[in-house]
Formats: sequence, C-alpha cells, structure tokens
Amino acid sequence: MDFLSYLLPFIYALSMIGVFMTLCAYSVLAERKICSFIQGRVGPNRARIPIIGQIPVLGNILTRLGLFHPAADGLKFLFKEEITPGHVRLTYYYLAPIIALAPALTTMVVLPFGRYVDASGAVQPLVLANIDVGILFILAISSLGVYGIVLAGWASNSKYPFLGAIRSTAQMISYELAMGLSILPVFLWAAAPGSDYGLSLFGVVQSQQGLWLILWQPISALIFLVAIFAETNRLPFDMAESETDLVGGFHTEYGAFKFGIFFVAEYAHIIMGSSLFVLLFLGGWNFLPGLADPWPAGIIGIVMSALWFLLKVCGMIFFFIWVRWSLPRFRYDQVMHLGWKILLPLAIANFVIYIFVIALIDKFIN
Amino acid sequence: MAKTKVMERKPLTFSEKTFIPQIASGLATTFGNMFKKTVTLQYPEERPVIPENYRGIPTLVKDPKGRVKCVSCQLCEFVCPPKAIRINPSEIDGEEDPERAHIEKEPATFDINMLRCIYCGLCQEVCPEEAIFLQDDFSLSGYTREEMVYGKDKLLELGGTLPDRHFKWDKKKLAEESNSGHH
Amino acid sequence: MIQIQTEETVTISVDGKSINVPKGLNVIEAMNSVGKEKEVPHYCYHPKLSIAGNCRMCLVEIGTPMRNRETGEAILDEEGAPKIGWIPKPVIGCSTIISEGMHVRTKSPTVLESRNGVTEFLLINHPLDCPICDQAGECRLQEFSAEHGRGYSRFIEDKNVKPKRTRLGPRVTLDDERCILCSRCIRFGQEIVKDDVLGFVDRGSYSTLTCFPGKELSNNYSLNTVDICPVGALTSTDFRFKMRVWFLKRTHSVCTESSVGSNTEIWSREGKIYRITPRRNDAVNDTWMTDSGRGLYKSIESEDRLKAYTMDGLTTDIDSAIQSARALIDLGGVGVLGSAFSSVEEQFLLKNIVDHTKAQFEMVQHLGDGDGLLVSEDRTPNLRGALVNELLNTLPTKCPNLLIKGIEDGVIKTLLVFNEDLSEIGVPLELLKKSVNIIYFGSLRNNTSDQAKIVFPTLSVFEKEGTFVNQNFILQKFNKAVPGPAGLVSDIEVLNRLLLGANDQPGFTHIADLWTKIAESNELLKGISWEKITSEGLMLKQEKFGALNFPETKNLKYKPVAELQAT
Repeated sequence: MDFLSYLLPFIYALSMIGVFMTLCAYSVLAERKICSFIQGRVGPNRARIPIIGQIPVLGNILTRLGLFHPAADGLKFLFKEEITPGHVRLTYYYLAPIIALAPALTTMVVLPFGRYVDASGAVQPLVLANIDVGILFILAISSLGVYGIVLAGWASNSKYPFLGAIRSTAQMISYELAMGLSILPVFLWAAAPGSDYGLSLFGVVQSQQGLWLILWQPISALIFLVAIFAETNRLPFDMAESETDLVGGFHTEYGAFKFGIFFVAEYAHIIMGSSLFVLLFLGGWNFLPGLADPWPAGIIGIVMSALWFLLKVCGMIFFFIWVRWSLPRFRYDQVMHLGWKILLPLAIANFVIYIFVIALIDKFIN
Repeated sequence: MAKTKVMERKPLTFSEKTFIPQIASGLATTFGNMFKKTVTLQYPEERPVIPENYRGIPTLVKDPKGRVKCVSCQLCEFVCPPKAIRINPSEIDGEEDPERAHIEKEPATFDINMLRCIYCGLCQEVCPEEAIFLQDDFSLSGYTREEMVYGKDKLLELGGTLPDRHFKWDKKKLAEESNSGHH
Repeated sequence: MIQIQTEETVTISVDGKSINVPKGLNVIEAMNSVGKEKEVPHYCYHPKLSIAGNCRMCLVEIGTPMRNRETGEAILDEEGAPKIGWIPKPVIGCSTIISEGMHVRTKSPTVLESRNGVTEFLLINHPLDCPICDQAGECRLQEFSAEHGRGYSRFIEDKNVKPKRTRLGPRVTLDDERCILCSRCIRFGQEIVKDDVLGFVDRGSYSTLTCFPGKELSNNYSLNTVDICPVGALTSTDFRFKMRVWFLKRTHSVCTESSVGSNTEIWSREGKIYRITPRRNDAVNDTWMTDSGRGLYKSIESEDRLKAYTMDGLTTDIDSAIQSARALIDLGGVGVLGSAFSSVEEQFLLKNIVDHTKAQFEMVQHLGDGDGLLVSEDRTPNLRGALVNELLNTLPTKCPNLLIKGIEDGVIKTLLVFNEDLSEIGVPLELLKKSVNIIYFGSLRNNTSDQAKIVFPTLSVFEKEGTFVNQNFILQKFNKAVPGPAGLVSDIEVLNRLLLGANDQPGFTHIADLWTKIAESNELLKGISWEKITSEGLMLKQEKFGALNFPETKNLKYKPVAELQAT
C-alpha cells in the first residue's frame, strides 16, 4: 500500500499533464478554426492521418474539422531543422522556453477541477495538492513565466526580442498589481471570519454555491479579466510579440521545437487564466447561479462536476480567442495608461468599497 | 499656408470612455460572422472562373492555320517594364519555308522569364501582329530558375491557336502573286 | 548642296518672330538653326547632296515685304507695319534660299494641310512592314507619319507590288515597295562616290529604284546609301534583322581605318557591337564613312583575341606580369617598337617610358592605296599623334632597321612591341628567337605574341577611351562603347604602372587626370583638357611639321602641303 500511495500521485500528475497538454494542442486548433470562422474562412481541414482518417465517412468529417492538425503541427515542430543563431547566449537561449512553460504546468498542481464527497460526507476538491494558499501559489508561480520571456529576449541578443522582453516585463508589473488588488475582495468575501478555507481556491468555489462572484463583484471580475489578458500576453495586449512592429517579439530568434514550446506555453497560460477566472468568478464546478448542483452521488457526480468545470473553461478559452480576433492591439503607451491610471486606481477603489460593504454586511446581516 | 479647418469633436460620453459598449458590439459582430457562409475556394480542387480579358502568363499564339504569328519586331521586349522578354530575331529561310518567305522575319529564340514577368499586359497591347496574349494560365512552378524561363516552343504550346480574322500576310502574298496592285 | 559663302547674316521672320540666320541657307537649314520646334520635315533634301526637290514634304509658306513698283517704297498696312506679299501657294523649303526680310510660316494651316496631304500620298503605296522593317525607329516616314499622318488609310485599293528583298550589292538589300523615290541614294552615287549604278526606271506608280543592268552597288561607300535612305528601302545586309535600333546605345568614336579618322557612332547593346555608322563632322568626313571601316569591330570578337596576361605562354595575373616586365626593363638594353595605332595618351606614357629607360625607339609606317575620299594612304589612325608627342621627329620607315641592327649587335636585350607583327614588317623571326625578350602589347594573337615572353593584351578602340590626331592634325576623342574582355585593365593603366616602376611618379585615376599631365608637358597640347575635346575635335597647330612629306594625297578633306601652297 505504501508503494501505491507513492505511485498514485505520479499517475495523477502524468494524466493531468496529458489532459492539459491535449487541451493546449486543441486550443491551438480552436484558435485557428474560430479565427477562420470569424473571417469567413474554412480553417485547417487538410491533415489526415492513416487508418482513422481513412474510415469512410467519419474520416472525412474528422479531417474537415481539422482534428488531425494538432498532431501534424507538433510533428512539424519536432522535425523542423533546429536552427540556433550564432549570436545568442546558448545556455539562456535554451533555458528560456523551458522557463516559459514550466510555471504554467506547475500552477495546475493546486488547481481544483472538481469535487467529490469523501467518506465522512464532507465535500472535498479534486486537486493534486489541496493547499491553503492556492491563490498565492498560483500568483507567485505564474508570474515566473515572464522570466522565460525576458530570458528569451535577452539571450537572443537581437533588438526585436529585447524590446519585446522589456515590454513584457513592464506590462507584467503593471497588471500584476491590479490583478492582485482585484482578487482581494474575492477572498474577503469567500474567506469570511470563521471560515476554514483561508486563501484556498476550493473555499472560493464553495462560497459560490448560491450566486456566482461575478454577480456580486462585477468590477473585480472585469479588472481581473483584463489583467489576465495582459498577463497571458494575449491580444489586445500582446505587446511582447506584436508582429507589426517587433517582427515576432521575444521569439523572433526561435524556431522549430523551441518556438513550439513558447507557443504551447502561451496556450497553457490561457488555460490557467481561464481556469482561474472560472474558479474565482464563474462558480467553478457549481451548476448555475441560484440552482443547486444536480450532480448525483458517487463516481458519476465526480465526473460530471469535472466536466462542467471543463466546459466552463472551454467557454473562457473561446472568449479569449473571440476577443483576440475582434479587438485591435493597443499602442504601448495606451497599455501603460490603462494599467497604471485606470485599472490600478479602480482596483484600489473597488477594494476599499468592498471592505466597507463586507464589513457592513457582517455587522448588520449576520 | 493654406487655411485649415479645425473639426469640432464631440466629447466622449462616460460609457464611450470605458469602451465597453464598443467592445461588446465588436464582439457581437465577430460572433455573428462566425455563422455566415465561408468564402473560401478550395483551390486545387475548385478553380476560380477566369474572366475574359484576364491577364495570366504571356503566351505566343498561332494563327488559325497553325503558323507562328510573331515576326520578332521586339516591341514587346522594348515595352516590357521588368525586361522579362528576350528575343533573338532571324530571317525566315525562304528555301526551307517558301510559304512564309514573304514574312521575312521570325524569332529564332523568344524567351520570357516568368520570374520577372509582372503580368502588366503591355506586350499584348503593343504587339502589332497580335501574336502575344496574356491567357488564363496563372499558376507556374519549376524547380530551377532556368526552368522558369519559357522558350519559344513552350510559349507556343501554351498559347495554342486563337481566332484571327485579318490574315494580313496571306493577303499580301496574294497581292504579290496576282500582281493586282499594279492597275 | 548648301555652302555658306560669307559670315553675313540676314534677318527673317519665322511664324512672326524675327531671327538672324547666316546668309545663303535654304529654308530647311535656316529652320534647323532656329531649333527643333521649327523643323521642316523633309525626305529628299540632304545637306551634303544636291537639291532635287521631289518629295514635296518641306512645303512652307513664304512671303516678302511688298514694295511699290514705281517708287520702290515699302507698302505699309493700317498699323504702319510693312505689308507682306505671301506667295499664294506653299513652296518647297529645300530649294528656297532665304533673303533679307523674308517671312516664313512653318505651322500655318496651309502648311500643315500640305504636309498631311504629302504624307497621305507617300503612305498610299507604302507597305505596313514596320514590324519587320529594320528602319523602324529611325525612319523619317514613320516619324512624320506620327505627326502628319491620318492614323488610318482612305485607300481601299490594293497597294502596289514591287520587288522585295533585292540584292543590290554585297552589302545592301533593297525593298522597292518601301522606297519613296527621294533619289538620295542615286545622287550620292553620282555626286560623292562618282559610281553611278542606281537609277529609277519606269514612270508613275511603276517607277522603281534599281541597279543599272550588269552593275551592282559594290563600291566601298555603298552602306552610306543605307544611312541616307529616309525609309527602310535600302538596308544593310549585315545588320538586317539583327537588332532593333531603339535597343542600341550610341557611343561617339573615331574610325581607325586610316589617318582620315572618320567620326563614327558605335551602336551597341549589352556589350555587343551591332553596327557602326558615320557621325557628321564637316571638317573630317561630312556625313560619310567607308564600308570597310564599318566592319572593323568584328575583330574584337575574333578567335585570335588575346584575353589574358601571359608569361612564357602561361596565364598569369597582371601584377606579376608587370613585375616581370619591370625586371626585364630595369636590366637595360631596351628597344621599343611603338605604334601609330596607339592613342595619344598611350604614346605619351610610352614617350615617358622611353625617356626614362633611354630605350631605342622606332615606329613603322603602314601604307596603302588611297581612294581620294575617306581612305588615305596612311593606314594608321594616329601617326601624327606620335609626332605631336615627340616620339618621332621624322616620318617612320616601313622596316625597323635600327632595332634590327640593335638586336643583331646584341645591344637590345628586351624589346617592347606595340600592336605590330614583327614578321610582317620585315624582322626575321630567327633573329628574335636568338636572344631577345619580347614584351608584346596588342589585342590579337600573331607570330610576335607567340614569340613574346610577356604578353599584355590591350583593349580595342571600342573598349577604351582616348584620342587620335588625324591627317589634318585634328585631335579627336573616342569613347568606350563596350567593356573589354573580363580581367583586362585599360592600356593607359598598364603603361602607367610600368612607368611608375621606372620612375616614381604619382599615378592617375582617370584619363582626365592624365590629360592634365599631358597638357603640362607638351607644347602643342597646352591648355587642352579631356573635357575640352569636343565631339567635333580640336585643331592643333601644325606649322612645326610643315617640312615633313606625309604620304597622304588629296582626299575629301585633305590637301597635301605642296598643293596648299600652290593655291
């Protein structure tokens, strides 16, 4: 039994990485498909793999949906010639994509993605490590991702990556503040005095069994959403890549699989951000605002809650993609203006107001 | 200095300043677009309808009797903006080809560098013999640069035969034979 | 032929504007002197031929101030200006000599209508051969049709049929359908070459240009008929269908056939010469040129062309070739066989080399028969250049006897040969094999270059720039028309580098720099710079050479000194 208790976390971790990476790959496909739909195109519909792709009707449908493209893309990145420019700092150059991807994968350790009822009848989260400071862990680790970008920009020893990296750093600092301030009211709300959840994400989800937090705290949600866009370097905040002025930004000098890792890391961050938003503001695996969870007991209930959570995450990913293909990119000074002069004061004001609101509620209603 | 007119700008309302309504309407637009019909043409399988007067690659055409029309006047070579055309003129060997001896001149070589060609159609416009036409072919490929320089034979093969109502040189030959020009 | 006799000018009024022109000109020439916009179109008139007046294209309106027949006083109009008596019909400009007070209308409706009418008549039977016609691009009929033609034909009958592709002579092909019967070629044969072989036969629309029976247009000036033909009737067999003229780049040059130094234009495209035509210079060659001079460019593509610096028959680079040549020259015992085919600049540098090495210098003469026109007896372009450069004091002989003696005596150990083939000028080859190192400068391979220790391939006159001094001591400039063989540097650079070794003088980067040095050191060329040498050439002072008995006899622009003194 001892052996099994050591082995199980590995199996859980590996299968979670498997699911997560698959999700990354298919969000790339989703990105391509959705953008082509928005633009009146068909999108990827050519790649076909043997055997499955040759099944009479199904094969054609799958091909038209482009479902084999992630595999083709991955293979392409693997088999492309690995070019290392002569002017780079080799160690950091190779380190950068790893540092970009690792934090995104690490944060999922504390990410609850479902719930089950344990033997004692208490509701427990489905999570690899149920720690009390989940949100702090996520904030701390995911911010490390920017080091990947900075390293890439610096090690490339070339002006465009360097500019991209500088922008990315400044942007990260600017929006981290607003983000941190915007989720404080959430935890004030969820971790009310006397509750035993602390800064655990599970506690936040549990507190949304009635109404979702996005309804209670729309301003927080908005600030958090914008900040998440900025943190993940997604359009309209992709100043670090910004093809029109910086060629490829921080990954200009990267090719083949190293570029592929950067690419996956971007989507990993999106998935993390979406999950976080779902957990904090969209009720996690809770069914719908004001409705009791219909999940049955037992294993089916566990799976259904996890699937419902996954569905919400997918919805958020769709929203990320949708926004990208709708909005134009900000100018850099606009990014800074928005971060420092609008979001930060707004977050502080929001925080202060909720302190009073929550204090008043505690005082008079409870 | 010219007089400038300063346009009055309406100040933005609060909701406009937040940009949120605009963003929302933009998202609505793109969302609506997702359900519209796609405009993609699945190219190699589906081909676009080539309109008349389309300017594809320049080709040499033959007259309805299968004879080369080009007399190598080199006007196309002269007018060609990217200098894609190279012609080497020569005299028609009257003994070998008595039918066409009266035309006197034909291209020995006629090369068009398709990598240089910009499909402007000036060669077609300038040609006094209506021997060069930009036809419907638009997709070229080759493995080497040399391969993309199309010679006379290839251009004639691509050009084929086009209807021609003039028969200028035939009329000339007829007049020569009947001597009808001399009252 | 229009010859201006005096320096006098007359005042005429052209389209209402008063202008001074030299007296004695006809209307066409007077309008040419006014400017391009007043140009009177013409076909049959040629400035160097007699006036025929048969094309009728140069019709203009002419008027003179009216005078009272009794008193001789000028009749004035209401405003007090002299009243002009216009000739009621247009007259041809070529045979109308201008006079004081004459009024000319070159753009009036009558004039334009006349030109349009003439053009329409000329085009009636002119075939639509422009796409295959070699004259296209330089065809007067084409040019004036654009200006005065209708753009379409009202002539619905069949066009005349006349002989096409007729061989007139070894170098000229005739297309009678294109002929507009201007008779320039006939007059040229009669008046300039005095070889009367062309003429019109039949009348009316049957009228045809042809050679007289049993004769052919084979004189050495036949290609001039092609040049003066305003349409594409007479075409050069050699240039036929080779290249359209609008592709060709024109470079001013000088013919090297003889000491006449006819001014030429070299027509080249992308480094290939296609033809050579005469360039008008009334002091040298009028507008003519020999057929033989037009073919000289073919030698630059000859198989015998030397294309690489060689030492003992092995290809080497220019640096080591010059180094070895310098080493040989520094040993002493140098003989130099100069050339009258070298340019003035090359001879100048050669003179410096000769002076510094105290070499024995000699040149040879190349004589042939003159034809009294544009081929003189001296078949070199620049013998007088050697005189001007003081390389020579007397005329050279046919055989370099001094050098032969020097070699026989063993005094000369190194021989610099320029362009000459020693075996052809009477130097026995066995002598050379004995003990002489030959350094050969020339563009074509011959017996001497085969014998030479070091060979410096030189550029032809078409591939370099420089000057020649012709029979009348006119300094004439020739320009680079095409690039030389790859890897060859210009001859003056080679000579200068040889010279730099002989005596450390500053070099030069351009021929203009060299000319400042030439002008400094040469009395006759004082004050001349490269830019000052115009395309007409500069006349040099020749009193110094009056005593020399030049081989030339009287030709188109040359009179021997004896004859000059007699007149």
